[in-house]
Amino acid sequence: MKKVSQIQTLIIDGKEVGGKSDESILQVAKENDIFIPTLCYLEGLSDYGGCRMCIVEVKGMPRLVPACTTLIREGMEVTTNSEKIHNYRLSILALLFTERNHICSACVSNGHCELQTLALKLGLTHVEFPYIFPKMPVDATHDRFIADHNRCVLCGRCVRACHEVEGAHTKDIMGRGITSRVITDLKESWGSSKTCTSCGKCVHVCPTGALTEKGKSVAEMEKRRQFLPYLKLMRERR
Amino acid sequence: MEKVKIATSWLDGCSGCHMSLLDIDERILTLLESADIVYGPLVDFKDYPQGVDVAIVEGAVSSDEDEEKITKIRKLTKILVSFGDCAITANIPGMRNYFPTKELYERAYFENADLNQKRPSIRIPHLLSHARPIHEVVTVDVFLPGCPPPADVIFYSLSELINGRLPDLKGKTRFGR
Ligand code: SF4
Ligand code: SF4
Ligand code: SF4
Repeated sequence: MKKVSQIQTLIIDGKEVGGKSDESILQVAKENDIFIPTLCYLEGLSDYGGCRMCIVEVKGMPRLVPACTTLIREGMEVTTNSEKIHNYRLSILALLFTERNHICSACVSNGHCELQTLALKLGLTHVEFPYIFPKMPVDATHDRFIADHNRCVLCGRCVRACHEVEGAHTKDIMGRGITSRVITDLKESWGSSKTCTSCGKCVHVCPTGALTEKGKSVAEMEKRRQFLPYLKLMRERR
Repeated sequence: MEKVKIATSWLDGCSGCHMSLLDIDERILTLLESADIVYGPLVDFKDYPQGVDVAIVEGAVSSDEDEEKITKIRKLTKILVSFGDCAITANIPGMRNYFPTKELYERAYFENADLNQKRPSIRIPHLLSHARPIHEVVTVDVFLPGCPPPADVIFYSLSELINGRLPDLKGKTRFGR
């Protein structure tokens, strides 16, 4: 028998709201037009809680919690923005910029990039941490797509789309911490992959210019994501 | 009232930010009612003067010469504006940072030279190991991102600075614009 979810009431930023017990703080906030910044979250993919952009304060909890993976509870009091939260978010963004090489002016995703938009929205005009300038590879072996690790934020959306939606599980993340890297199969070149169906889902869910279509010049790569919630809906109906 | 002294300069940049500054068009006349441009590529003064109120500097710190310039500018200036993405992130000049400088010299003066293959020993500034954002070298007061920053935002920033206020640039311009 299907589990019945209960209606719960809680307070987000001083506003009384309601949601189902299996909904996350982020979902309920979205339904009530309360903005919480996100990067690894994408509607239609499983919740990952990796990027930490969506951290919020919950009264009575000692630590900040990610809104995407924290379920609502009756009587919860949530604050989605404060100086503390804002400063953490800025630091997370700044670290993402220093860990790879983001040269927006020469990037295919310039103007259509979620990382860039977050920097604009949160008012990040410069990065206080020293840039690392790591030497990063570009994999252009696939016929139609390019993986440029200079621009990857390790959000794992490509991995989840490939596994959960396409069912190929070609992409994965290898390594730990700052040395983590998105890989194809067992760290092979994308072009020689036997599992990749060339569906392009990973490319279109990628928030940055890390995965792109070939033949695009600066600022020409716009991602199309409408298919995801639609696909999910159709599958749920099946 | 004494006029506000503005200086402009460029380090390792393409001059695009200065072009965007000129794109404020006739509005520059409004600014010059209460400010003078006392140094920079747009005017003809040889030495950086004392007592500059606002310096807007484009480009990354890439060579020993850039380092000297920015250190001097910082010393003689009240408010230093990091002007554009190269100044703020190292941007395009920073793309050489993944290679040792030795390889860069090889490439420029030997591999790509048909005649007279030789590394010049005089009048050429020496590259630092990395092209760096200005604020990694000296303290910066205002950050004006963009490649180049849009003329309207430059005009807004200069107007604020001339009137003794620090411009609030959050949400007004972004990297790569
Ligand atoms: S991926 Fe986004 S942030 Fe990175 S260089 Fe491209 S546009 Fe800029
Ligand atoms: S193109 Fe499709 S199958 Fe290939 S890696 Fe991307 S999501 Fe997976
Ligand atoms: S390649 Fe794109 S989607 Fe995949 S982890 Fe990197 S930024 Fe995220």
